[in-house]
Amino acid sequence: MLLTIWLYLLRLNDNLLLNSALWDNELVLLEYRKMKTLYDKLWESHVVHAESDKPDSMVILYIDRHLVHEVTSPQAFEGLKLARRKPWRVNSILAVADHNVPTTDRSRGIKDPTSRLQVETLDQNCEELGITEFRMSDQRQGIVHVIGPEQGATLPGMTVVCGDSHTSTHGAFGCLAFGIGTSEVEHVLATQCLLTKKSKSMQILVEGKLGYGVTAKDIALAIIGEIGTAGGTGYAIEFAGSAIRALSMEGRMTLCNMAIEAGARAGMIAVDETTIEYIKGRPFAPKGAMLEQAASYWRTLKSDEGAIFDRVVKLEAEQIKPQVTWGTSPEMVTSIEGRVPDPALIVDPIKRHDTENALKYMGLLPNTPVREILLDKIFIGSCTNSRIEDLREAAMILKGKHIAPNIKLALVVPGSGLVKSQAEQEGIDRIFREAGFEWREPGCSMCLAMNDDRLMPGERCASTSNRNFEGRQGPGGRTHLVSPAMAAAAAVAGHFVDVRTMNE
Amino acid sequence: MKKFEHCRGLAVPLDRANVDTDAIIPKQFLKSIKRSGFGQNLFDEWRYLDRGEPGMDVSQRKINPDFILNQLRYQGAQILITRDNFGCGSSREHAPWALQDYGFQVIIAPSFADIFFNNCFKIGLLPIVLDSNIVNKLIDEVVATNSYCLFVDLATQTVTTPGNETYNFDIDPFRKYCLINGLDEIGLTLQHADEIKQFEEKRRKEQPWLFA
Repeated sequence: MLLTIWLYLLRLNDNLLLNSALWDNELVLLEYRKMKTLYDKLWESHVVHAESDKPDSMVILYIDRHLVHEVTSPQAFEGLKLARRKPWRVNSILAVADHNVPTTDRSRGIKDPTSRLQVETLDQNCEELGITEFRMSDQRQGIVHVIGPEQGATLPGMTVVCGDSHTSTHGAFGCLAFGIGTSEVEHVLATQCLLTKKSKSMQILVEGKLGYGVTAKDIALAIIGEIGTAGGTGYAIEFAGSAIRALSMEGRMTLCNMAIEAGARAGMIAVDETTIEYIKGRPFAPKGAMLEQAASYWRTLKSDEGAIFDRVVKLEAEQIKPQVTWGTSPEMVTSIEGRVPDPALIVDPIKRHDTENALKYMGLLPNTPVREILLDKIFIGSCTNSRIEDLREAAMILKGKHIAPNIKLALVVPGSGLVKSQAEQEGIDRIFREAGFEWREPGCSMCLAMNDDRLMPGERCASTSNRNFEGRQGPGGRTHLVSPAMAAAAAVAGHFVDVRTMNE
Repeated sequence: MKKFEHCRGLAVPLDRANVDTDAIIPKQFLKSIKRSGFGQNLFDEWRYLDRGEPGMDVSQRKINPDFILNQLRYQGAQILITRDNFGCGSSREHAPWALQDYGFQVIIAPSFADIFFNNCFKIGLLPIVLDSNIVNKLIDEVVATNSYCLFVDLATQTVTTPGNETYNFDIDPFRKYCLINGLDEIGLTLQHADEIKQFEEKRRKEQPWLFA
């Protein structure tokens, strides 16, 4: 501990100390220099060229994996063509349509002509350029952030980008993964690189054991409640601590997925045996001797002991309760035991104004207990919570129960065709169906409502997705973010309920 | 990319924090495969009273008279002044496209979301970070003064008010260079093509599983 404090002070006085006559232990300085965060390691191993040796220098960063979907790519492919350029390395790209695809019967294609054109444009671009794409009829199709890891296309030590902010998900594998805009999609297509700058580093330590019914989603929302939606702006977050180590890969993906909701472009978790076990046997993953070679490198992908972060945030796992958002930003969150806040008690005028706006939009009165909020729809799905473990968690709550009469629609949208098929083999689909849920085809669905799945104005939804922004799930729709278990429990009760008391 | 040297333009305040990209350009307009035409749907759910769909004739739509961009005195605004964490949420570049297509050249806020901030530079839209006290002051002045125009000069990195007060802002030198010269970043990176190839070859030898 003392050493850490001392090293921290050293860092603060770095430049001063380097030139200082006070400095008499060069060996310790050298040791300090060698200690790197996971982010440092991932960053440094991908720098092709740096404009200067300053830490905030613009660099050319090499990209190992480029995931592509239909919404943010058409203009990039068009730009590439207009400039008569070709993709730099076609086998680094994996494409899938997920945002616009229908989750109902697909045999007749996509009804909406603009959605159809966008998906067809992706198909056409991939075919012309020889890019691997899982088409809508392929069982491997699904949400881009579900299929990457599922296929082993996301591997530790990689840089992974996609024209989608939830690319942070892939950081669960000890990757540097972040979302980019369409100009950058084109840039990566053309050069296999990005022009970018290093972020600051933040470590979020969650120590202890999560209570029954508390999940990675609750950790994510509790963190955002703590640091705010801009708390991670300018940072790359590493999640660490015993509670994180204990999470499955699905849980780790949920947590890293939400890093962007805390404002951080990238979230990441060190590689351990859980990571390597998950990867083994996946189609795009190395096999045999090459897997062993890879795994011995992957095991080095963790922050060195004593590595210094620009900011450290600590949470105790035991203190985290099931979370429910009440407003129009993920930071507007409380626990199932909480109440909707009273704007009159908020001192900061900007925050008060935002809270008033949020409550007006959400149709909620100050001080309403979260448990008394009645719901219209339930959505279990999205790149945050549509993996097999998420579906199992929800099914465990739903088994032998039925959704409440006031629930107009309860949707479960698996993250991929393979997740769907796995769930069907386990009989999970039957539990959902018997409980009154609709069992759909994979895609982004009502997380952002680009297809037909959406809320009507004024409708209130318990959703396992990641954003509760105004209009996100349909104009005028009201979204409350929760874990899959909490969404299932709410479906049965018709209002929010503490999942910890459900199966007692 | 569009060159950016300076801008003298009418300012409009958007007095909200955490304005997300779903608010800037709602998802139904993201189905377009084009890069242009998003301006008419900028802030669609706030700007109009009816539900907007792609292909609608906006001249026939019901305008929300309360929304700031619809007020007569702010017509033709080129500089948006807003609050913390502007552009949070998705990575959609459609958000800066919509702002630029509407006519904005500069966005001033105390802070921006990372991906949005980065995306702006790629298209020649200038996001400026100013201290929240200065932003408060600017918003008060815009509200109090008709035809409030700011002068933004990239070369000197300054924002000047009608009262001749000048505020400096920071910008990464590389980004500034690209903006002032309207440079194509892909072309710049491709000048390093040999380095990229060498890097890739080394990587292929050391970590062959990445290239399978």
